[in-house]
Amino acid sequence: MTAGTAATAVTADAHSTRAAAHSERETAAAAAAQAAYEAVFDAAVAADERIEPRDWMPDAYRASLVRQIAQHAHSEIIGMQPEANWITRAPSLRRKAILMAKVQDEAGHGLYLYSAAETLGTSRDELLDKLHSGRQKYSSIFNYPTLTWADVGAIGWLVDGAAITNQVPLCRCSYGPYARAMVRVCKEESFHQRQGYEALLALSQGTEAQHAMAQDAVDRWWWPSLMMFGPPDDESAHSAQSMAWKIKRHSNDELRQRFVDIAVPQAEALGLTLPDPDLRWNEERGHYDFGPIDWAEFWDVLKGNGPCNEQRLDRRRQAHEDGAWVREAAAAYAGKHTAAQQHTNGEARA
Amino acid sequence: MALGDDALVLSHRLGEWAGNAPVLEEEVALANIALDLLGQARILLSLVGDEDELAYLREERAFRNAQLVEQPNGDFAHTIARQLYFSTYQRLLYGQLAAGDGPLSGLAAKAVKEVAYHQDHAEHWTLRLGDGTDESHTRMQHACDALWRYTGELFQPVEGLGVDHEAMRAAWLDSVTTVLERATLIVPSGPDTGAWRAGAGRQGLHTESFGRMLAEMQHLHRSHPGATW
Repeated sequence: MTAGTAATAVTADAHSTRAAAHSERETAAAAAAQAAYEAVFDAAVAADERIEPRDWMPDAYRASLVRQIAQHAHSEIIGMQPEANWITRAPSLRRKAILMAKVQDEAGHGLYLYSAAETLGTSRDELLDKLHSGRQKYSSIFNYPTLTWADVGAIGWLVDGAAITNQVPLCRCSYGPYARAMVRVCKEESFHQRQGYEALLALSQGTEAQHAMAQDAVDRWWWPSLMMFGPPDDESAHSAQSMAWKIKRHSNDELRQRFVDIAVPQAEALGLTLPDPDLRWNEERGHYDFGPIDWAEFWDVLKGNGPCNEQRLDRRRQAHEDGAWVREAAAAYAGKHTAAQQHTNGEARA
Repeated sequence: MALGDDALVLSHRLGEWAGNAPVLEEEVALANIALDLLGQARILLSLVGDEDELAYLREERAFRNAQLVEQPNGDFAHTIARQLYFSTYQRLLYGQLAAGDGPLSGLAAKAVKEVAYHQDHAEHWTLRLGDGTDESHTRMQHACDALWRYTGELFQPVEGLGVDHEAMRAAWLDSVTTVLERATLIVPSGPDTGAWRAGAGRQGLHTESFGRMLAEMQHLHRSHPGATW
């Protein structure tokens, strides 16, 4: 090594030492800033303030919300299928109108929820892609088939009832856009639930065959509805963190109990029984006790092995693929006409 | 009854799209149009008798809808072409009825606002598909050609309706021609006299797919005679 090169090396060394010190300072500053942001975020959550799209938020909070809101939006979209299955066979024009309006509302809810998810920096296309490829889930309940007209009533009463129990606390969720979407969704959902209950009541009080149809539907939908609240608290992967962030306000088991307490007297008023021999009022707890849920079935359906998992996803993919040429046409038309519009404006200015 | 049947049958066809539309916005739009039409059908049929008895207990030969509205959905272009032809007709018809003082003028005055939206929706999609990609242009032209033969029936006089069908035909042709030309499509030149003959649906002569549609629509209601829902 010549003196010259040694000198150069020394200089380089000094340079890299300075650079290292500089980047250490930067890292320390970034860490301090991060801690400051985190403190502001934690304080806002603790004070029950709403987090808004432009606010700083932990990456994991963002990811957790995207996962939950997307799953919620997907459930609205897939959830159209079991009910749409009966639109063309609805037994009276009044019931047909109610059902069409409901399925339309579900598409609308999907739209609000995708918009809420988009405020977190994702896009509807990206989320739909994840749904179609099975990388994001939807509610396990929609993997059960609608076999009779009474299923439409049972879905309204039980499935929408469970959804509302889950969703009302989300109206106070810490993330503003999600909470506001839930306020609108819940209003419409409770309307659907009343209509479902009323449809089931008409069947229960109708002919013997109609009553039997209603009872059979409730027998099939009761347990899957209880599963909608998710796994028991000690097996719920996301619960503790979601509750700390105030995305969730109550545990799965708490909400499930609340739902059972509401549903039992409603079933009595309907004149229908619930398929659970262990169901009885517990004076001491002030709640209904109920039998064990078949968690093996729950996990199986979640893994894709329910009665309709494949059919629901195939149908969704098919609708998307069949519609590709329509979306391309709309984009091409918009492209041409925006360009033409700008051209005309340009000429006018010239 | 003919107008009630038109609305009932087209509403049913649009209801078949639920869960199958190309974009979410169209799920909402098609269901919205279907609901408007079902609302019209219920009012019109109730003027004649019991809406459910009329919808669920009549057989194919007793339905008076035009053959156009019973045509299967096909691809999205077929649905849009059917909607363009029909909503343009319905808007002119309700416009005339609303202007008169017949028993339907009140209903027509309300319905004409809904139908204006349906027509606007169909026109926008005709433009997008006709003047979109090569594929969408071809599909839209094909749909317009295929459904053209069912349009003449719309202007056959309907008993007791008291509207000027000839004036409607001219206004309809004018409106549809303008939209198709703007959409870079060719106005079909084939006969428009229907599968049987002009006025066939109005006399209870339908196309083959209609019986299957009714079988699905009426099955549950007919399986429980006398039940209330």
